[in-house]
Parts: sequence; structure tokens; C-alpha cells
Amino acid sequence: MKGTHLGEFEEIVLLTIAALINEAYSVAICDELSKHTGRNAKLGVVHAVLNRLEEKNFVKSKLGEATNARGGKRKRYYTVTAVGKAALVKSKEMRDELWSRIPERTLKRI
Amino acid sequence: MKENKPINPPKWANAFLEWYCRPELLEDLQGDLYELFQRNIKTKGIKQARLIYSIDVLKFFRPYMIRKPKSSNPFSAVNMVSSHLKTSGRSIMRHKLFSAINITGLAISMCVGLLVIAFLSDLLSYDKFHLKKDRIYRIISADTNNGGTMTMASSSVSAGRKIVQTVPGIEFSVFLQRGFGGDAAVGETIVPVSGLWASGSFFDVFSFPLLRGNPATALQKPYSLVLTEASAKRLFGNNEALGKIVKFDTSNYIVTGVLKDIPKLSHLQFEALGSFSTIEQKGANADGDFASWENIYSNYTYFVLSKNTDRLKVQVAIDKICAAENASLKNRKIAISIQSLKEIPLGKPLANPIGPAIPAIAVYILAALAFVVIISACFNYTNLSIARSLNRSKEVGIRKVIGASKKHVIGQFITESVLISLFALVFAFIFFLLIREPFLSLDKFVQEVVVLRLSPQLIVYFILFAVLTGLVAGIIPALFYSRITAIQVLNNLSSLKIFRHVNLRKSLIVVQYTFSLIFISTTIIGYNQYKSFITYDLGFSTDNVLNIKMQGNNSELFVKELSAIPAVKEVSKSLIVSSLGSNYGTQMKYKDPMDSARLLLNFIDEHYLSVHRYKIIAGTNFRTRPVNGQETEALVNEQLLKRFNIGNGDPQKAIGEVVEIDGKKLMIVGVLKDFHYGTPMEKIEPVMFRYSSEPGGYVNARIATPNVTAALTGINEAWRKIDKVHALDAKFYDEQIEEAYKQFSVIVKVIGSFSLLAVVIASMGLFGMVVYTTEKRLKEISIRKVMGATERTLIYLMSKNFLFLLVLSALIALPLTWIFFQKMVLVKFAYHQPLRLSEQLLSFFIVMAIACTMIGFQTLKVARSNPAIVLKRE
Repeated sequence: MKGTHLGEFEEIVLLTIAALINEAYSVAICDELSKHTGRNAKLGVVHAVLNRLEEKNFVKSKLGEATNARGGKRKRYYTVTAVGKAALVKSKEMRDELWSRIPERTLKRI
Repeated sequence: MKENKPINPPKWANAFLEWYCRPELLEDLQGDLYELFQRNIKTKGIKQARLIYSIDVLKFFRPYMIRKPKSSNPFSAVNMVSSHLKTSGRSIMRHKLFSAINITGLAISMCVGLLVIAFLSDLLSYDKFHLKKDRIYRIISADTNNGGTMTMASSSVSAGRKIVQTVPGIEFSVFLQRGFGGDAAVGETIVPVSGLWASGSFFDVFSFPLLRGNPATALQKPYSLVLTEASAKRLFGNNEALGKIVKFDTSNYIVTGVLKDIPKLSHLQFEALGSFSTIEQKGANADGDFASWENIYSNYTYFVLSKNTDRLKVQVAIDKICAAENASLKNRKIAISIQSLKEIPLGKPLANPIGPAIPAIAVYILAALAFVVIISACFNYTNLSIARSLNRSKEVGIRKVIGASKKHVIGQFITESVLISLFALVFAFIFFLLIREPFLSLDKFVQEVVVLRLSPQLIVYFILFAVLTGLVAGIIPALFYSRITAIQVLNNLSSLKIFRHVNLRKSLIVVQYTFSLIFISTTIIGYNQYKSFITYDLGFSTDNVLNIKMQGNNSELFVKELSAIPAVKEVSKSLIVSSLGSNYGTQMKYKDPMDSARLLLNFIDEHYLSVHRYKIIAGTNFRTRPVNGQETEALVNEQLLKRFNIGNGDPQKAIGEVVEIDGKKLMIVGVLKDFHYGTPMEKIEPVMFRYSSEPGGYVNARIATPNVTAALTGINEAWRKIDKVHALDAKFYDEQIEEAYKQFSVIVKVIGSFSLLAVVIASMGLFGMVVYTTEKRLKEISIRKVMGATERTLIYLMSKNFLFLLVLSALIALPLTWIFFQKMVLVKFAYHQPLRLSEQLLSFFIVMAIACTMIGFQTLKVARSNPAIVLKRE
């Protein structure tokens, strides 16, 4: 079965979509990513990831209103689906689980 | 201001994006890119932004973005093609005149195309059988001597040795020299065999398969001989040849190998190979000339370059060797370059060629002529297709109503033209098979170079060629029809601008006729010039003179035999036959020891002047008959006196003057009126005749006219008495002259046939056009007739447009041909006939006559039609 795994960058994009709430479209996601992660997120990469996320049913999309700034072209807004939310939660739980297993002292010594 | 105008991303990038992108992803992606674009304009400037946009579009060209091919259903594509084929077939059947004109036109023009393709494919498949063909190179030399440069296929042995020793990357090398062979004797059998000298590693370089013998050692030792299968059979019959002895002249050679016969498409052709070490031995014993840097005339060096060796680096190394060697030469420079095996058959013409080579320019010209003729046939197709648009646009309109797109209409028309072109190919192929033999027999040379044999590969080329021709012919009509919209056609046909392309059609006709006229007038001018050359007054008589090649026999004996034949009137001897283009020259000095000049020479006996009716303007014929090498007298022409200013312009005073030639002092005893020793293409140069009782080249016999056949039989019998090995080689002087101008007759024949094709095709096209236009005007003509127009005025009315086009093309073509010949061709000939206006007019009248018949036939038919019947229809 393809597409239940959530990759690292996919996870970040998914979180960004969730954070942007109703304003999550590709260019905004790009900007947000650049701002918060410091990575220079290219539009091509983001598009590819969005496409993959949609294929895995983690997000769904719909076209918004046309604006002049985009030459009359509509934006595609993304929202996180229940499956996506479950994947995020699962991923977070897994991390928390792992974190909790590290004794604090060990971390300090590193 | 300009700021209000939105700045747009590059158009092509957008178009490309729209083309490849999946429709469901396109809109937002385009929007995103546009947003970034606008942002980039502010931060980075317009230029940068446009560049980034383009790069981004290219970067998005990824599998998940690309749309799937539209017709995912292969069944419908097949259906479409089969529908195209079916309707095309119907249309071809329905418009019989159209199809017939086009198929015939394309067929005759394409058969020339097939010929050129076969010809080229032969030339390109030369020497393909050598395993190392891509790495074999030949050393060629360019000799610059006193300003003139001559490039030859040969090079000196010395250069070959130096290059092989010092240049890195040469795996194998072989020396070849011409001149091996002669009469090979095995016991009583004597067979003339011609071949090459070849050094030991011959079989390392070339891949001629050796049937018997060891390729590594066959050509090592002196006096080794490798025969081809055919020559071995001639010498030994079915007996084993290996190890046997063959005698050439006085030397015995041992057969060390038998080769499979040489393929036709090999630039090296030979019947036998002698080991190079034989002449090396001889050369070492003789003077030092054999290994001299300057002896570049008789030796050929081939070598194999190791893989991954750069050809340019080899050339650089060779240039260094040349510079070092040339330093010691005065007034002379020998530049050496390398030529790959592939470049040999179709390269620039070289002196001293070892195999056949066709100058690339000749092939290009042939291809260009074929191209012109084929394009002319394509024009016919285009013209006629558009001319009948009245009928077909209705069909196209209906198609569009039913739902055909532009693409479908284009597909339909292209299918039709390709189909017609394929039909034409069938006929063209038959024509090709028919004209192949005549083409090969045009000239011995052509026959030597190409075979024009069919191969599967060639057939594939033919089919591709036909498809391409169909595409070229059909593309303009296809685009024309695809632009028609359904509403235009169905609403009101007259709104359709059928005659929008009138100018295009007219100019195509003018182009066709211009080419036809150029071809025809070239043919006529060429033929006249050729005729004038072979009947040129050379200054002496060649009538009924038979030149017999002595082939090494004693001419004295033969002359005695000939004198016994009553039909032979006079006999003389000469070293060469002049006026055929080959020269024999040397240097001469007069009083000033520093002033030497080249003169042309022939050795003759005392009867030569009277046999050829030379005119002596001062002095006498030779007075003494010394034995060879003891001569004291010379005959010269006026030009020689002029060159050295002997006798101050008075031939009488020149008699008795002494000149120095080849270290001998000879006295001028006679002055001949200037005559053409060379061809009329060359200026008359200084000529000298020297005496020899046994010049050894030819015997010239003047034959009495009525008994030519009897004389020839007699001569043949006489020849049999003195030579039993070689066949008699006797030719009439006039025929030899004709032979010498063979190249011109070939050119005239080729251009002549092209002009015939061009005229036929253009006339057929014109005929078709006349038929369509007159049919369209049938009603108009009928009304005019009812109103009282006479047949004559009607014919004039219908044909004046076409006649105007013909006159226009004549005005273009004839001056062009005139200038071309006057300024470019005839300046190369020192003596030639002036161009005549009548030649041009004749070609114009020929074309006009054919065209007028075509036009007249149809217009007369229409003009005579009964208006009552025409007008009653509808």
C-alpha cells in the first residue's frame, strides 16, 4: 500500500498548511516555510509535495476566487484532512514517546 | 504611461506550460508563477523575472505535471487513419485528371530523385567492408611550386616513413604504389595483369579477405605476389596458384597469396599485388630519388590510427615534420595533410588519384537539378489543389460541421498527398529501373564508380523520400483548407476568398517556367558549344586518320606491314596523340641562359606533317633521319618564336637558329602555322616537334575513304603478325576528339534530359491550371458567346494571362542564362563560339510552342462549347 508514510518535509508542509488555516495556498506556504524554517523553499518542491500529500489523502484542495494579482488565475487552497490530522498526531506521539524515553541526564551530557 | 500596461511573462514559456501541463493543475500553477513573477519584477527587475519564469516553467516539466497523451484510445487513431485513407482513395479516384497529372509529374521527377539517392548511397557505401574503416587515413600532399598549388592523393615515401616513425598513435601503415604488373607469364600462358605494389602490413590496414596464404607474411619478401581469385584463375586455371612462379618481364615472382575478388565499391582496384620490398630494393640500388622528400608523385601511404587518437593532434605533428623538411627547399613547399577513408570517393578532386573520385560539387549539382524538378512537380500539386478549392471547400465545410478539427483536415490532405506520392513512387521505381542502364552507360567513368544495385536499405530510403515529397507537396494545400471555417462555406460560398492565392499560384508557374527555360537554353547553348569543339579547326587535318597504339611493339615492323595494305595511304609515327587534352612538356632555353620556358613537345617521324596536313610557313620538314638520340633539328610553331622573340617576328629569319632543350642543341629547320596542340579550351602555347625514327607511342595511318572496313581488317591482320598477346587498339582521330569531349556530351545529355522533364512537368501543371480555370469560367464564356464574342477573342481572353506569365518567365530566364554563360562558363574556354541570340530565341519558341498547344487545346474546346447547353444546366 502506497502513501501512509509521512516524510520529514511532508510533515513540515502539512503543519504549515494547518497553521495557515484558510490561507494555505502554494505561494503562501512557500513564504511561511522560508520564514519559519529558514530553508529556501522552492515553489517546484512545494508543488511536488502538495501533489504527493493530496495523493496520499492527507490534504484536500479547492479553487478559490480569481484575483488580479495572479493574472486572473484562481488559487488552490489546501486544508488538512482527517487522515492528515491522524498522521500528524501519530507522528507527534511517536516523537514524544521517543523523547520521554531519554533520561534528562543523558541529554545534558551530550 | 507604460506602467499601466501589465508586464507579462515570456509568451513561449506560457505556451509551453499550457501545452504540457495537466489541465487540472494548470490554473493554480500558472497563477502561482505569475504571482512570483510580479514579485520578482519588483525585487529583481523585469529581465531577471522573465528569465526566472522561463526557468521555472522548464523546471516544472516533471512526470506528475505532464498531461497524458490525448488519444488514449489507439483504436480511434487507427480508425481515423483508415478513414483518411478511404476518403483519400475516393478523392483520388473521383478527380481523375488531377490525380493523373500529379502522379505522372511526381513519378517522372521522383525517378530522378531515386537515381540521385541510389547514386549517393553508392558513393557513401564505398570501402564499408574494411573493419577499421573509421580509423584508416591517407596521407595527401599539396605541392606549392612557383606559386601554383597542386593537391595530390600521393605522398613521398620519405614523408610516410617519417610520419609513421614519429607521430604517436599510428597502429599500422602501408605503402602502395601504382605501376606493378604488365604481361604475366606462366609457362606458355601470357596474360596482362595490372596491380599495385603494397608493403607488408597491407592486410593489417585493409580487410581484403585472403583465401590462401598467410596475411602476415604474404607481402614481406621481395618478389612476392598476391593475386585475386579472378587473375589466379586466368593464369593457372583451376590449378593451385600458391607457391607457383609468375614471370613479369624478366623477374620471377612467387605467388604467396590469393585474394577474394575486390568488391566493386572499393576505391582500391587491382588484379594483383607485388611486394613493396621489391621496388624498395630496386629503389635503393638506383639513385637516391626513391626516398626523396620531393618525390611525391607515385607513392600512397595509408595508416590506421589507434582508437581515441585525435586527428588534429596527428595533423599538428605532421605540420612540424613538414616545416622541418621544407626549410631546405627553394621556391617550393610540400604541405601534408591526412584524409580519412570516408572522404576519398566524394572528396575534392585530387591529382594522381588511385581510385575513382566524384567531385562533391558534381553530386551537389545533380542533386540540385533533381531537387528543382521534384519541387516543380510539387508546385503542380499545390497549384492544382488550390485551384479546385471550389469543389473541395464544401467537403471541408461539412467535415468541420461534423466535428473535424483543424488537425483532422490537415491530416486528411496530407494523407492524400502522401498517398499520391506513394502511387507515384511505384511508377517512379519502374522508370528508375528503366533509366538505370542508360544512366550507367552515359560514361565509362560512371560505370566504374557506381553500381546502383537495389538493397533493402535503398528501398527504405526510397519510401522515406516519397513520404517526404508527399509532405512537401501537400503542406500548403493542407494549411489552406484547414483555415476554412464551416460557416464560411455553408453560409455563402462566394464569401470565401478562393482567389486569395492567385498570386502564389502565378508565381509558382513563373518559377517553373523560368527553370524550364534555363534548362532548355543551357542545353541548346551547351550542345552548340560541344559541336563547335568537336568540329573545331585545329589547324591540321584529322580526317580519316587512324591512331594505333603500339603497346610496346616495334613500330618500324608494323609500318612495313601497313604499307602493304592498299587502303592505307600514308603512315607516320608519333609519341603521343595531341589535341586530346594530354600534354608532354619540357623546358627550353634560347640565347639567354636564365630564361627558360615550358613548351609542349611531340616526337614524330618525317611523314607526320604530311599525314596530318600541317602547314609549314617557313623552312622545311626534317632533312636528316638520324638514329634515336642523335637528332639535330626541330620544328616549332609561331607561338614559340613569339615567346622567345626568335627572328624578330619573321619566321624566315628563325630558320637556322639554335635552341637548347633537355641539354641538347637543336636547330630550327621549319616553322609551322599555329595549331591546337592542346584543346581549344587552352590558349595556344609554344610547341616543338622533334624527330624520332622510333617514338614508340602511336602509328598514325591515313585511310582511303571508300574502303574503311577493308582497311581495318587488313590492319588487324597486320597487327596479329607482330603482336599475339594484346588486341589491336586503333581509333579514328575524330572519334578520339569526340571521346576527349565526352564530359561535355555527358553534361549536355544530363541537362538535356532534365530540361525535358522540367518542361513536361511544367506543361502538365499549366494544362491542369488551364482546365480548372476555363471550367470555372464556362458560364461566363457562354454568356459572352451569346452576346456575340468570336472564338478568337474568347481564346485570347482565356489565354492572355497564361501567356503573360510565360513571357515574364522568359524575361527572367533568358538574360540569366546569357549572363551565366557569358560571365562564368565561356570565360574558361580560350577559344569558343560566341553566344547567339538565336539559341535563346529557339529555346523560348520551343517552350512557347508546347505551352500554347496545351493552352490552345483547352481554350479552343471551351470556346467552341455550345452556350445553350452550358446555360441550360442548373
